[in-house]
Amino acid sequence: MNQLAVAYLVSAVLFIFALKGLTHPATARRGNLFGMLGMAIALIATLLGAEVQDYLLIIIAGVIGAVIGIRVALRIQMTAMPQLVAALHSFVGMAAVLVAIGTFINRAQAGTLNTVLMGELSAGVVIGAITFTGSVIAFTKLQGIMSGAPIKFMGQHLLNAAIAIATVLLAVNFAMTGNVFSLLLMTLLAFVLGGTLIIPIGGADMPVIISMLNSYSGWAAAATGFTLHNNLLIIVGALVGFSGAILSYIMCRAMNRSIINVVFGGFGTDSSGDSAGAVAAEKGVKSASVEDAVYWMEDANKVIIVPGYGMAVAQAQHALKEMMELLEARDVEVKFAIHPVAGRMPGHMNVLLAEADIPYDHVLEMDEINPEFQGAAVALVVGANDVVNPAAKEDPTSPIYGMPILEAGRANQCYFLKRSMRPGYSGVDNLLFYQDNTSLIFGDAKDTIEGIVSSLKGGGH
Amino acid sequence: MSESLTALYVFVLACFIGYYVVWGVTPSLHTPLVALTNAISGIVLVGALLVTGLDEAGWLASGMGFLAVLLASINVFGGFLVTHRMLSMFKKKK
Repeated sequence: MNQLAVAYLVSAVLFIFALKGLTHPATARRGNLFGMLGMAIALIATLLGAEVQDYLLIIIAGVIGAVIGIRVALRIQMTAMPQLVAALHSFVGMAAVLVAIGTFINRAQAGTLNTVLMGELSAGVVIGAITFTGSVIAFTKLQGIMSGAPIKFMGQHLLNAAIAIATVLLAVNFAMTGNVFSLLLMTLLAFVLGGTLIIPIGGADMPVIISMLNSYSGWAAAATGFTLHNNLLIIVGALVGFSGAILSYIMCRAMNRSIINVVFGGFGTDSSGDSAGAVAAEKGVKSASVEDAVYWMEDANKVIIVPGYGMAVAQAQHALKEMMELLEARDVEVKFAIHPVAGRMPGHMNVLLAEADIPYDHVLEMDEINPEFQGAAVALVVGANDVVNPAAKEDPTSPIYGMPILEAGRANQCYFLKRSMRPGYSGVDNLLFYQDNTSLIFGDAKDTIEGIVSSLKGGGH
Repeated sequence: MSESLTALYVFVLACFIGYYVVWGVTPSLHTPLVALTNAISGIVLVGALLVTGLDEAGWLASGMGFLAVLLASINVFGGFLVTHRMLSMFKKKK
């Protein structure tokens, strides 16, 4: 037993080092290796421990799981990372539910149930079940199986509150009496609650949802740790739980919204776009051609690119990398400006740019890059919208007022690559479109960038 | 001190470690952070092993344990590998 405890301690320390490694890209890979090592030590120690006596089922399930996990991890597209993460969160949730109920059955058989244990078990079941269905809904929204639009109905919050209260009462009843029926009903209600909590949240609030579910999956692991009196699970659960909670906080702060506001269903409808050109002309928006943009960029001192979810959808990151190289060959400084909530999960843009081989020292966070827009020749906004909208600073009546933005409008020329005049997910019109130095280039972001690339190549300066 | 209370001590202190370590993570690595925490929360696999590995476990508990081992293994193997893939992409300028 003591060897096991020591092994768990070593493994917990390795997990802490794993997270610590993510402080900088240069140490991150080593951090991940620490994580793998920590996991290997924990698993081997558990398997060799006295409590595991029967290996057959474990080996079969473990091999199947490993094969699926490895195949998926090798094949997944970086743009699909939010979906993958949501799916993996759901597995943690379900595993926590199964472990809790399995423990209940084993302990009931051995006659070693008690109130504290059943209370802890209830926490594991409830958090795990909410994590599971919540993540499944998030997955279907991200995968496009379900519309990203928030689903709202009358009395929704009342219903959620009622389910939550009923779940807690059943948990208390179960802990006091060990009534199996209470356990099952509680599990069922928690599954329902996971779904009803997530459906009112809009697709574009996904960075918050992913972070929240990340946090839940941690708490589920911690609750399992309490049930099993396993300190390693408790430590890991707390680390993961806090990680997700902090990310949720960072995402909310970047939208100037409270977590309550996001959780209770915010804005974001799937408004359909009107025909781009017509609306643009009507509203007094300038549209520009690829050649105009190239004209300003090819001799520029500095070009700052602002990517958003639209870049991911159009898969324009590889074309951007080519454009960056061509511009750098002309001594143009190229930088990328990342808003914390750009994309569908925290840090989404950074991964896509890294995938396209864009060096990370060209990619800057909002606070670092904002002073640089002033004096840059061109800001090129690729599939982003709300995160550059000056309404957030200037219009106190705007729903996004107070949200920190990337100050793309301060560049000498600002080009928007857009598919249509459709507003961003907040549904708010973008004041930047009407600024004198702004022009819109309509069309698919990837096609437009490729147009710029071939124009830069053909220019022959 | 009861076992549950010790567990609570460990939990609360671990929360503080989590708080300070995670604030140090650079925003550019937030996606790998989510993927990595996901992989390590696959540690519920340990719980699944304990449920499944018990000799006296009945078919129902074993079945649940089996499924839990399977799901948690996907998490562990898939999570670490995809994190590794992502982190390998982050390069400095040559």
